[in-house]
Amino acid sequence: MIVAQGKSIAEVAKLIEDANKVLVVGCGGCVTVCLAGGEKEVGVLASALRMLRQKENKPLETVEVTLSRQCDPEYMDMLEKYITDDIDCVVSMACGVGVQFIAERFDKWVVPALNTKFAGGAMEHGVWGERCGLCGECVLHKTGGICPIIRCSKSILNGPCGGSQDGKCEINQDVECAWQLIYDRMKKLGQLDKLMEIEPAKDWSKSRDGGPRKVVREDVMIP
Amino acid sequence: MKSGSRLEKLFEQGEFVVSGEIGPPKHSNPAIIKEHAKMLKEYVDAANLTDNQTAIVRISSIASAVHVLGEELEPIIQMTVRDRNRIGIQSDLLGAASLGVKNVLCLSGDHQSFGNHPTSKNVHDLDSIQLVAALKQMRDDKQFVCGEEMKESEPQFLIGAVANPFGDPFEYRVMRLEKKINAGADFIQTQCIFDMERFERWMDMVRERGLHKKAKIVAGLMPLKSHKAARYMNKNVSGMIVPDSIIERMEKAEDPKAEGVQICVEQIQHLQKMEGIAGVHIMAVAWEEIIPTIVEKAGLYPRPKVS
Ligand code: SF4
Ligand code: SF4
Repeated sequence: MIVAQGKSIAEVAKLIEDANKVLVVGCGGCVTVCLAGGEKEVGVLASALRMLRQKENKPLETVEVTLSRQCDPEYMDMLEKYITDDIDCVVSMACGVGVQFIAERFDKWVVPALNTKFAGGAMEHGVWGERCGLCGECVLHKTGGICPIIRCSKSILNGPCGGSQDGKCEINQDVECAWQLIYDRMKKLGQLDKLMEIEPAKDWSKSRDGGPRKVVREDVMIP
Repeated sequence: MKSGSRLEKLFEQGEFVVSGEIGPPKHSNPAIIKEHAKMLKEYVDAANLTDNQTAIVRISSIASAVHVLGEELEPIIQMTVRDRNRIGIQSDLLGAASLGVKNVLCLSGDHQSFGNHPTSKNVHDLDSIQLVAALKQMRDDKQFVCGEEMKESEPQFLIGAVANPFGDPFEYRVMRLEKKINAGADFIQTQCIFDMERFERWMDMVRERGLHKKAKIVAGLMPLKSHKAARYMNKNVSGMIVPDSIIERMEKAEDPKAEGVQICVEQIQHLQKMEGIAGVHIMAVAWEEIIPTIVEKAGLYPRPKVS
């Protein structure tokens, strides 16, 4: 899933300082799972913003709604009835996709309440880790299921670099060296010889380096 | 001859080569590069010009190499994959070749979080092995990475790569060396050796695989100035091991600098006897002026002539 993290209340407050009435929109997808922008967080943010403005003697009115997903036009349509003329600003609590989908659909000022971080998963309660760099051409079958693009700090495809020591990455003792993990796993699976193959220069045109991407599935398109 | 560089010729003659290292300054005045080149030219066969070492912005390795060439010292330019994509790298390599550079050392480069621009975007379009392969493709196949043919004058480089026998996973270090050699590395410079025992174990594996016959292995050394420096490196420099025995020896020494030189000289003499070692690379970071003393004391002066 996409993992996101809330901007500070002060930062969001600054983004909406000119507004008197805001619509705070949550998302029931990834950001609910990573506890950053679901219904509960919408409630917390809205009341925090109101309280802050109360203290400043500049009361703020909030309307709260949480869509099943902000990355789907179907749900975007449902937002229509909430986007009334008196709404000065929409605060999106989805990932960057949700913010953009609202902006594409409505002529309203939209601000992001979250920082969209990465594609990853829950490692333990309250801890999420990055697992994929969305490179567009997966190589996990060559590396024992551990991503060298995003988990190696240098995206080395023929690793490890000289800085790998005691299983840690050179950048930080808290970061595991992806290539140590890859080596250990390949060894355990009896596949070490596969790591002798020289992996050629990657085709980054399938990644974001090729410009914005699109996936088209004609078989499921509605004619 | 692949490059016709002095370094290559000396390797071919079977000489025990000595290379040094010059760190370009963090400003645009090349005086210090020229000064170090003048000082080193009689004592080393070639000198590395580091490429934004520890991710700190400095005069580029290629520009520095031109200053070194002006002093009649042979440069080895370092080229990291951290700061340029394959277009920038190949363009810089063509430029370096056009300016008379004949040796290139390929490396990934320290992560930018260590340098003076930790908020920068890094590139890593290629990794260091892919860079070695790219150089070989340009030189031997007259092709760019994309496969397009070079119309004329392909760059003729002696291709260098680095190996760190002190990084982990230890066993994979030799496999990775083999990959680098298979990709096209003609010579290898190692990380600074302090833990000679581990280095010997690594060299055993290198010889077992016959890698010393496929590429010239040049052992990296760093003269120590003080026990504090030794301890600091052991703790803070990624992929470096300084054994306690050496730290203690430095600590007990009356004249630590002289002791540092002595240790380095002993290491050279030890390495000269080791099968498969083709030379030494002395990295005297911010102490370049000590290199002539070390070379002389180790009995490696005067340097051999190219026949
Ligand atoms: S190889 Fe690419 S697609 Fe596969 S996990 Fe890594 S970044 Fe994601
Ligand atoms: S230490 Fe490991 S994870 Fe870190 S950059 Fe080097 S190879 Fe990649």
